[in-house]
Amino acid sequence: MKRVVITGAGTINALGHNVPDTLAAMREGVCGIGPLSFRDVERLQIQIGGQVRGFDAEGRYNRQQISLYDRFTLFTLAAAREAIEQSGLTFSGELSARAGVVLGTAGGGVSTWDDNYRAVYEEGKNRVHPFVVPKLMNNAAASHVSMEWNLKGPSFTVSTACASSNHAMAQAFAMVRSGMSPAMITGGSESMLCFGGVKAWEGLRVMSRDACRPFSANRNGMVQGEGAGIFVFEEMEHARKRGAEILCEVIGFAMTSDASDIVMPSKAGAARAIAGALEDGRINRDEVGYINAHGTGTAANDKTECAAVADTFGPHADNLMISSTKSMHGHLIGGTGAVELLACIMALRDGVIAPTIGYEEPDPECALDVVPNTAREAKVSVALSNAFAFGGMNAVLALRKV
Amino acid sequence: MSIKDQVIAIIAEQAMLEPQDVTLESTPEDLGIDSMGLVESIFAIEEAFDISIPFNANDPGASDFDISSVATIIAGIERLKAEQG
Repeated sequence: MKRVVITGAGTINALGHNVPDTLAAMREGVCGIGPLSFRDVERLQIQIGGQVRGFDAEGRYNRQQISLYDRFTLFTLAAAREAIEQSGLTFSGELSARAGVVLGTAGGGVSTWDDNYRAVYEEGKNRVHPFVVPKLMNNAAASHVSMEWNLKGPSFTVSTACASSNHAMAQAFAMVRSGMSPAMITGGSESMLCFGGVKAWEGLRVMSRDACRPFSANRNGMVQGEGAGIFVFEEMEHARKRGAEILCEVIGFAMTSDASDIVMPSKAGAARAIAGALEDGRINRDEVGYINAHGTGTAANDKTECAAVADTFGPHADNLMISSTKSMHGHLIGGTGAVELLACIMALRDGVIAPTIGYEEPDPECALDVVPNTAREAKVSVALSNAFAFGGMNAVLALRKV
Repeated sequence: MSIKDQVIAIIAEQAMLEPQDVTLESTPEDLGIDSMGLVESIFAIEEAFDISIPFNANDPGASDFDISSVATIIAGIERLKAEQG
């Protein structure tokens, strides 16, 4: 089995248009959530979100490219450029033939669906742009990354709702670890912040109208975000030989299915995923210093997740830190695990634990150290990143400081 | 703007050229317009002139709408507009 390291990271989200700005915002406990701005927002009951602002597609791409790229693809390409440029890899010959791209998204081109349904249903038009299908398909972002960077190995898109990018990164990790590929581009993206995207979530009645306050007793729901997180997963020797900067090592993962309910999370399913990642990475429980929680800010998730962590870690649960950065960037749905992996990298590499902001009242059902409101300096050698999706599909990744 | 000037403007935008570089004799290939670019040009022409062009990308030659040059495209649009009354 090969060892796998991360040699590049890129992002765009409500906290920043790149990794340094995003990590700086996480350290400062900045809230990227604010009033939503798009067509018909006044008809929504939920009018807040972690929207990406000031993103200029015209300055980055030509007209023909823009006609082909949904917003989730634009975000993905921006984050992929940052990650791949940081890694210093160029894909040609054998490396190009074996390197691929595995990304997560829950909805794909949601605003393309939305715009074109509006055109044909509301406006009564009988003709849509020829590129509607290649723009909205869930694999569009992965395909454009493969084309821009000459990635000709195994490439596909994973869609498991809120765990999509953790499942994608787990898959990419398994592919590099097995020796199938020397390097994989992985992560995920989402852009559901349009009228139809938010209206659909409104229907579930799990959305907060004012703030995302994970683990706080007065939490009242989740807040959507948008953006992308993309990473270069590379075989360790391959990275060392070329003198690449290593951000951290990926050491384990596990995936489980609750097989119980389409929306309610299960403590057992979450606990099995966490314990499975520890076993896969041969990690002692007391080595884990930080967990980036799924931490959606809903009543159901947060207490279930805390109970799963308490069950899995026993007494050590009181020594580790667990925070939810969704309080700052919102819930990026299929892209969320990717952006949240950045908080794990910051914990391991920089020794800074991102806080759970908006924390106001302790909840006895979430009685863990949730790093309330203020970032903390701490030495961490192993970090976990949790993602627990609707449909009961869970994926947990484990990272180690290098 | 005449039909001719409008068509040339649409095709020039698609080919990322200046309108003066698009002549009546130019073919889509001459202008570097690939099959997807052609489909997008047809869409833009339909939108601009409120017409429906019988064009199937699987077999562009099968329709009586002749897309072999800028001149034949303009002639085809003029005929469709005339039929519309």
